[in-house]
Amino acid sequence: MKINIIKIIFLNLFFLSSLFANFEQDITKLQTNSLKTKQKVVVDLVEKYSEDDRTNLLLTKMKDGDLYYIKSSKKFVILEKKEGKIFHTKNFLTGEKVKPKSRRDFSKVKTNNKLRSIIKSKLAQMNLFSKKQEKRLISAKNILKNLDKELEPLVQKALLKEKDDDVKKLLEEANTILKAKYSSGEEQLTAVKELGDYLSNQTMIALKEIINNENNSKELIKTAKSSLGSVETIRSYYAVVEKAFFGLSMGSVLLLAAIGLAITFGVMKVINMAHGEMMMIGAYTTYTLQQVMPNLIEYSIIVAIPAAFIVSGIVGIIIERLVIRHLYGRPLETLLATFGISLILQQIVRTIYSPLNQEVKTPQWMSGALEINSALSLTYNRLYIIIFAVLVFFGILMVLNKTSLGLKVRAVTQNRQMAQAMGIKTSWIDAMTFGIGSGIAGIAGVALSQLTNVGPNLGQAYIVDSFMVVVFGGVGNLWGTLIGALTLGEINKFIEPVAGAVLAKVIILVFIILFIQKRPRGLFPQKGRDAQD
Amino acid sequence: MKRKPIFLQILENDKGGKIVLGILALVVIYVAFANLVLPQDSLFYVSTYTVTLLGKYLAFALLALALDLVWGYIGILSLGHGAFFALGGYAMGMYLMRQIGDRGVYGNPDLPDFMVFMNLKELPWFWYGFDNPIFTFIMIMLVPGLLAFVFGYLAFRSRVTGVYLSIITQAMTYALMLAFFRNDMGFGGNNGLTDFKDILGFDLQADSTRIALLIISFIALFVGYLIARFIINSRLGRVCIAIRDAESRTRFIGYKVEQYKLFIFIVSAAMAGVAGALYVPQVGIINPNVFSPLFSIELVIWVAIGGRGTLYGAIVGAFIVNYASTYFTSALPEVWLYALGGIFVVVTLFLPKGVVGLISKLNLRKDKKELSNAIA
Repeated sequence: MKINIIKIIFLNLFFLSSLFANFEQDITKLQTNSLKTKQKVVVDLVEKYSEDDRTNLLLTKMKDGDLYYIKSSKKFVILEKKEGKIFHTKNFLTGEKVKPKSRRDFSKVKTNNKLRSIIKSKLAQMNLFSKKQEKRLISAKNILKNLDKELEPLVQKALLKEKDDDVKKLLEEANTILKAKYSSGEEQLTAVKELGDYLSNQTMIALKEIINNENNSKELIKTAKSSLGSVETIRSYYAVVEKAFFGLSMGSVLLLAAIGLAITFGVMKVINMAHGEMMMIGAYTTYTLQQVMPNLIEYSIIVAIPAAFIVSGIVGIIIERLVIRHLYGRPLETLLATFGISLILQQIVRTIYSPLNQEVKTPQWMSGALEINSALSLTYNRLYIIIFAVLVFFGILMVLNKTSLGLKVRAVTQNRQMAQAMGIKTSWIDAMTFGIGSGIAGIAGVALSQLTNVGPNLGQAYIVDSFMVVVFGGVGNLWGTLIGALTLGEINKFIEPVAGAVLAKVIILVFIILFIQKRPRGLFPQKGRDAQD
Repeated sequence: MKRKPIFLQILENDKGGKIVLGILALVVIYVAFANLVLPQDSLFYVSTYTVTLLGKYLAFALLALALDLVWGYIGILSLGHGAFFALGGYAMGMYLMRQIGDRGVYGNPDLPDFMVFMNLKELPWFWYGFDNPIFTFIMIMLVPGLLAFVFGYLAFRSRVTGVYLSIITQAMTYALMLAFFRNDMGFGGNNGLTDFKDILGFDLQADSTRIALLIISFIALFVGYLIARFIINSRLGRVCIAIRDAESRTRFIGYKVEQYKLFIFIVSAAMAGVAGALYVPQVGIINPNVFSPLFSIELVIWVAIGGRGTLYGAIVGAFIVNYASTYFTSALPEVWLYALGGIFVVVTLFLPKGVVGLISKLNLRKDKKELSNAIA
């Protein structure tokens, strides 16, 4: 009897104190050995502080087993690194680093499987009723990933309240899956039928479960099968879209790599084998910029674009003045000489930066993906590269067609002697054209640095491909280059999953060799007097 | 009057060829003698390493000769001649692999080691016959020749010329390289074929075998040179030069340009295949790097540096560049790529006719001087 009274008083005190308590105090209750108490605390915390970001962090760390408290001061810390028996931690509330201490000074906030699963589901639903749409969206996604029968009332409650379309869609999908799995009779059948309209992995898993469960009625299995079929059809449709997107992004890289080549080759009849190294220089310019301004990674790419254009352009002009201008009219010789230059440039880069690959960081705004729906997401870096390539392409088109420099360049292309007679400084135009071509290669290098490793062999990997684009599209025709690059990019990405990356390349090369049987001068051959060289 | 031997007839007006081949013959005979007969501590002794090196250079010289035939005399700048060389080399490598028998690491008498490693149960079909030396010898010329035929037929028929042809040949060797790097191609992937033991029953490591290979390499180069020179001296050769200098005009006169090109291309490819087959037993390995565009372009520079369109110039160029390469890659590896790159630029800018052209230019100047002295 006495004990009961004490208990009641104690419990009352507990509730009373909870009215006035705050987060900092409430979590200290986790410093107990009773798992039951911890469960209760977790549930309370989620109920009271679901809007508090610290709750999320606390529960995540607790679930992962990284939450400790210091025995002496009773302060919560998060384990960051273990070195033998020495722990590196930081204060949970202030985020300050705590001096490394021995393992013995800490106590772990222990969990068991049951507690962890509670934390997991609480984490999933915690923000479902948040005022912020983003939080609800994340929470809904979490729920869809960790679906559980217990969550059904919660999901339905949320569905009634939810106003936002995106969140609502996810919740509806979760609800339908739950119904398809756990309800019975007509309701289950309708749910299974409806699942045919959804796309997520969870839907597919649920449908497969239903199909494989022998206790289900034949009709249900049949419906599930037809739903699964329609899900797969929609998903395969999106898979094609995704592949096309990848092909487009690869085509854009090829386009960037080939535009410069098309200009130098088309206008000047110079086979620039060092073109790949101009891309390499652009990529290394990006890398160097990031080393110089490590705090401005977000802007480094934007600064790198003009910087790479200028650096590669200047190197191009130097090469033109020193070597290429002596070799006009002898395309095979320019091929050999520029190949020699490419070897020298590679070795210079090896000497300065080491022969190893360097890491170029991706700014925040370029990482991540644009999620169209649960079956289709487009990565931002590729998306930006596509946009960028299109901008560069039309930029060059404008320069060539609308500026006086472009006019002169075209004049020199069409009839060098006549242009000279009209007072155009052809040698200056040559240098400028070569500089522009090289500069664009540098820009391509900036884009490449976001997709692949930056190393001395970067250019080599792309030079054969870019030549293929130019030959395929027709020399000296920018539109041909555009179509050639996009076509080859798409073909590559569609053959790759079937034949493998290497074989895909081989097939494309064979395709081009066969293609030039029909059209030896490419898709859009140059017409007119100087077409024959 | 006694008739001159046929090879002297062919070399009749070829002073350079006689000099280059004569010097090479003397060097080969001296090296063979010095390596086999002289004691090791003798001042004039030549190490087996040098013998192998010289043999390798001779194989490269034959390859350069093959390229000069198509580039110097019919105007096809092939950036993929390494592919023919590599195919010949692989054919020889397959024969040598089959000769290993059960002496491999896995001791499997029917399958080369790498196939056992890859869990293959039986020999792929294209490996059949390569335990026969005569079949192998035919394949060494037939496979590159066939590739040259198919590729050349397609390319020449659609009148792909000049730079386009060069780029396409480069793409060809690049594609083959990618294919041969694949493990499931059945050619040992990126490790290629290696660990050879013997050839025609002779131990590959023995000095006498090395000397024999050296001499065979020289004979192959000599015969290759005679064939090339014979072709060039004949009426066929003159048509080739006409095609090189003015393709459309030659076509208008009524020659079937494509057929001439195709013929020369095939001969050259077969010659490159033989060079590859001689290279492999002496170096002891063949791997897909030989297909790399870099190797094929380097090969072009051998010919350019020696003097394009002279045949013997190609041999000189192959020796100069490869000797420099051997020297620099061991002495100053960093410098070698700079040097190689520099050579490309300098030769194209200042030595359009190569070393041989430079020498004859100097000679010409001397002659003129003598002439003017005589007149005065």
